[in-house]
Amino acid sequence: MSQASTQKLVAVAILALLLLIWQFLPPALGVPKYIVPTVSDMLTELGRMYRRENLIANVASTAIFTVLGFAIGSALGAAIGYLLGLSAFWERVLSPYILALQIAPKVAFAPLFIMWFGYNSTPKLLVTVLIVFFPVLVNVLAAMKTVDRDMVNLARAYSLNRWEIFKKVEFPSTLPNLMAGLRIASTLAVIGVTVGELVGGNTGLGFLISYGGGQANAAMVFNAIVLLTIIGIVLYSVLVWAEERLLHYIPKKDH
Amino acid sequence: MALEFTGVTKTFTLPDGKDLTAVRDINFTVGQGEFVSVVGPSGCGKSTILSMTAGLYQPTSGAVRVSGEVVTKPNPHVGFMLQKDLLLPWRTIIKNVEFGLESRGVPKAERRERALFELDRCHLKGFEDHYPYQLSGGMRQRAALARTLAIDPAIILLDEPFSALDAQTKLLIQNSFAETIQEAGITTLLITHDLSEAVIMSDRVLVLSERPGTVMREIPIDLPDRAHPLKRRQMPEIHQHASEIFTLLRLDQRAA
Ligand SMILES: Nc1ncnc2c1ncn2[C@@H]1O[C@H](COP(=O)(O)OP(=O)(O)O)[C@@H](O)[C@H]1O
Ligand SMILES: [Mg+2]
Repeated sequence: MSQASTQKLVAVAILALLLLIWQFLPPALGVPKYIVPTVSDMLTELGRMYRRENLIANVASTAIFTVLGFAIGSALGAAIGYLLGLSAFWERVLSPYILALQIAPKVAFAPLFIMWFGYNSTPKLLVTVLIVFFPVLVNVLAAMKTVDRDMVNLARAYSLNRWEIFKKVEFPSTLPNLMAGLRIASTLAVIGVTVGELVGGNTGLGFLISYGGGQANAAMVFNAIVLLTIIGIVLYSVLVWAEERLLHYIPKKDH
Repeated sequence: MALEFTGVTKTFTLPDGKDLTAVRDINFTVGQGEFVSVVGPSGCGKSTILSMTAGLYQPTSGAVRVSGEVVTKPNPHVGFMLQKDLLLPWRTIIKNVEFGLESRGVPKAERRERALFELDRCHLKGFEDHYPYQLSGGMRQRAALARTLAIDPAIILLDEPFSALDAQTKLLIQNSFAETIQEAGITTLLITHDLSEAVIMSDRVLVLSERPGTVMREIPIDLPDRAHPLKRRQMPEIHQHASEIFTLLRLDQRAA
């Protein structure tokens, strides 16, 4: 058997084992299902959520705001990262503020945004944009500072103008870091939306978590967490897929 | 004169405000089609000479002239190559060779044609569509030479281009560079710390003093076969010249 298929077999076996443990261990230890629901409890609850709780609409809402917040936040982060990367002056002037905002816990802004904008989608979108913004900005800025000076000098010697140097040398040089920033940002986007929905929403999986929590419906909370994770994984996988295509010229390391 | 340094001094102001004079009162000329090497202790300002010739920055005093014109900005008639090949990893080899032509308004078809010609001349036919990581170090340096030649420079500047290669590859690449450059008839300034490399490849060797670097001695290498360093290596005069430079640089005393 090839190594790849062995690997797959082991992965499936581990998954099956985990699900079995989840299904049978809690009842065996006498843990009630409102504390840790079993796999079958969760599936039953999932069916109920589908019929009763507008599951599809809630999943769609969370997915859309995750993608939207991710797209806006990373576009802004990248744009400002590149602008600061082109201007040492502004980078130095603004870096203390960037550091402060980067350290500030972004999710804590959620209640504030709700006070400002009310119980609608704006607060959760803003939290997501804010949380996504910094890893992209920081990655891009760091990459701009480490672009090979000799490469830039070569471009200068070939009479490229400032814009061409950016387009043909600096931007492609920073692409690996940009993609790494986007990957981190994609995982944070889910957190941003969830917090926004938890704190003040009436739609989305985050709302279902707080709603289910209020009713002591652990299966509903677990289901929502699983679905949030799946949304995150899908977004992350799309980015990995794009990265592999964009960065095909970087030789893969063999483990 | 293809290249002329007259009374060139370069002083850098360091971040802490102190001044550092890298080279002082440098005078030399390089004739059309001539191959001149610059050797000297590390940190004596060899790369500084190259950067001023390329027009990346200007001398503090004195003048650098290329084809009689004072260099005040990056000069389209000067090509340079470093120890690093500086190939753009996201471009194929042929796209890398075309790189220098793109900002010069050369039409696409002509760019491609010239790039193919240079790749052929540098023995890289068939590797057009490879990416840099797929090539060996020696091949990458040849691709960098092809890119440098593609802009049809009046002068090429080489800053230790062979120093990252293993000993065998180095000999072969030196030979193929020498052949290509001779054939193209291009004026060349080679910066190196390898004394025998300087002697086997050049018409003339400039020996710089320690920092602030200044030209201590010019040594003409009156030997045939400049295009074939591998042949020159066998000549007894090579070792005489190399040991003369060795003594000038007081390498023996420094080792003590
Ligand atoms: N841009 C610069 N700013 C400040 N000091 C520099 C700069 N470039 C070179 N130097 C200094 O000038 C001296 C000569 O450098 P360089 O020309 O690179 O030497 P070489 O190539 O002979 O080893 C060194 O002491 C180096 O630190
Ligand atoms: Mg140097």
